[in-house]
Amino acid sequence: MKSERGIYMLVGIFFFVVMVIYFLWSGEASGSIMLFAAAGLGVMPGLYFSWWVRRMPLRPEDRPEATMSEGSGAVGAFPSNTIWPFVLGMGAALTALSLVFGAWLAVVGLSFIISTALNVSLESRRGGSI
Amino acid sequence: MTIIEEEIGAPHGGEAHHDVEPKGVLLWLTSTDHKIIGKNYMYTSLVFFVIAGALAMLIRTQLFAPNNHFVSPQTYNELFTIHGSMMLYLFAGPFAFGGFANYILPLQIGAPDMAFPRLNALSYWLYLTGGISMLLGFLTASGAAAFGWVSYAPLSNATNSPGAGPDLWIVSIMLVGFSGIFTAVNLVTTTFYLRAPGLTMFRMPIFVWNMFVTALLILIAFPVLTAALIMLYADRHLGTHIYSVAGGGMPVLWQNLFWFFGHPEVYILALPFFGMVTEIIPVFSKKPVFGYKGLVFATLAIAGLSTGVWAHHMFTTGTVLLPFFSAMSLLIAVPTGIKIFTWIGTMWGGQVDFKSPMLFVVGFIIVFTMGGITGVLLASPPIDFATHDTYFVVAHFHQVLFGTTVFAGFGGFFYWYPKITGRMFREGLAKLQFWLIFIGFNVTFLPQYLLGLQGMPRRIAEYLPSDHFTTLNRISSVGAYITGFAFVIWMINMWISWRKPIPAPANPWDGHTLEWATDSPPSHHNFEKLPPIRSQRPVWDMNHPEAADYKASHNGKRAESIEKSETSR
Repeated sequence: MKSERGIYMLVGIFFFVVMVIYFLWSGEASGSIMLFAAAGLGVMPGLYFSWWVRRMPLRPEDRPEATMSEGSGAVGAFPSNTIWPFVLGMGAALTALSLVFGAWLAVVGLSFIISTALNVSLESRRGGSI
Repeated sequence: MTIIEEEIGAPHGGEAHHDVEPKGVLLWLTSTDHKIIGKNYMYTSLVFFVIAGALAMLIRTQLFAPNNHFVSPQTYNELFTIHGSMMLYLFAGPFAFGGFANYILPLQIGAPDMAFPRLNALSYWLYLTGGISMLLGFLTASGAAAFGWVSYAPLSNATNSPGAGPDLWIVSIMLVGFSGIFTAVNLVTTTFYLRAPGLTMFRMPIFVWNMFVTALLILIAFPVLTAALIMLYADRHLGTHIYSVAGGGMPVLWQNLFWFFGHPEVYILALPFFGMVTEIIPVFSKKPVFGYKGLVFATLAIAGLSTGVWAHHMFTTGTVLLPFFSAMSLLIAVPTGIKIFTWIGTMWGGQVDFKSPMLFVVGFIIVFTMGGITGVLLASPPIDFATHDTYFVVAHFHQVLFGTTVFAGFGGFFYWYPKITGRMFREGLAKLQFWLIFIGFNVTFLPQYLLGLQGMPRRIAEYLPSDHFTTLNRISSVGAYITGFAFVIWMINMWISWRKPIPAPANPWDGHTLEWATDSPPSHHNFEKLPPIRSQRPVWDMNHPEAADYKASHNGKRAESIEKSETSR
């Protein structure tokens, strides 16, 4: 986890330094704000990882001499086949296309999105099959 | 390792899952398996690539002769806009971080799937619908978007570009952008949390590193583009004046926002392919990668610097800080040079086997280095002032982008094709394809450097005989047709491989990384058993214990203790 933290903090600090130089030199606002946001993108998760690094032991994937058996147990819960990402994707696309073809299309798109929200919630309880 | 299926009360494990797995179209629609989604991405992006390539053939046909009327000027504008947009947004990026990253990254880190499989599936559907939306523009009364892939204000406003085509383009890029952001979140989380035991960050394959850094860049760049597009839409339809001088706005703001996305985007397109190259060269040189940490930090440096150079596309606007952007742009040549030296260093003294993936990679190094060097020229404002918006720039970015996405991309495609499909391709046809592309590509784009230096502007549909551009344009067009023909050879190769399959072994190239430790194609949750991970090349260590990397460790004691622990297990 230390490497992960290091990368994020490196990214954040780099952009912060570049932002300061750029702002002082050019005085230009839009680029400085974007660089500031990029610095935040590095520092925020970096601080989150820093918080965790001090509270958790090294994971098997962080130790060079860990054996496969140390990683035994559940890796995570992975869904099986499900139709709902497809329905959500179509709903999002139709809603976005309503920006071009008119608000009526958003009604169709949003109905897809709402039905996905309901069904994915139920799916988690019921099991991952379609 | 155990994988838990989310079905409560159902038996767990891969075997039980296979029984209920749907087939055909239903599998395509419902799968959350990273391999199926990766293949969907790859095949879809290749279809977009073929369509965009066909548009390029039309463009080159129009430019074959002076005063040509093969297509109208408006159609020509639509052709180069959609050609560029499809190649950049719908092929180059999704082919790499949608297709290859999805399929290969979890395998290379020993993971059973991506961290968020449903989100992964959603990303694909947003990408597909986004791509179709862009093409729908051709079916509207006003035609497709015609303002170039950069969509500069005020050309892209409602007065200069009316109709549904430009709006479809905006919506399309938004959908594809969200798809990219979701994939990036997935890639970062997978890399951080689903690595196999012993696979520390600094043992990860360079491909994984590059995909991870690409994901960070996507998270930095794409939200800016989405915000810029929302403001562009607001200007077009909601009466705002963010990019128009008349209402107190600033057209050049669009350029700042767009290129803050657009330049990292170039590296979002290039870095994944650098990763592929770094996987292929060691395997076909039978050596570990030279300068591993140098490559990792060079990748991070490229990513960092690429976010501070956006305004080198805007030198001629007269509104940017020239020394800052010129210096930052020149600096990028340093980490990129480090990469090129480490690739050559990896080949140096190795037993180089010029199979087709390696041939494509060598082609990539040649073409990309040429494109990179002309990039260094363009980073200098006085040269940029003279060549801006000429064919010199067109030749430069095609060398960089075609070099990465096609040469390195097809190197990767042929390298992992046996793993992905379980079939071998025909080596002779792949080599023929390489030579046709290599010759065709250079015949197409080297004359364009000369055209640019002679002053031929980009994005013009017609030129006069008195301009003396005819001969070089003809050579360029013939080169384009040769390149196009090479992809017919590729399709024949794929057809033969599909109809008369030669089964691929699990590890046909004597590969080094974990994806070669499983079957071709891999089973449902990827691995039955993982080899111990004691170096950057676990599969090499397993297959060549006499020359295992951990034995060559500088820390003799550690190597000894590792060996003991392995024998006792």
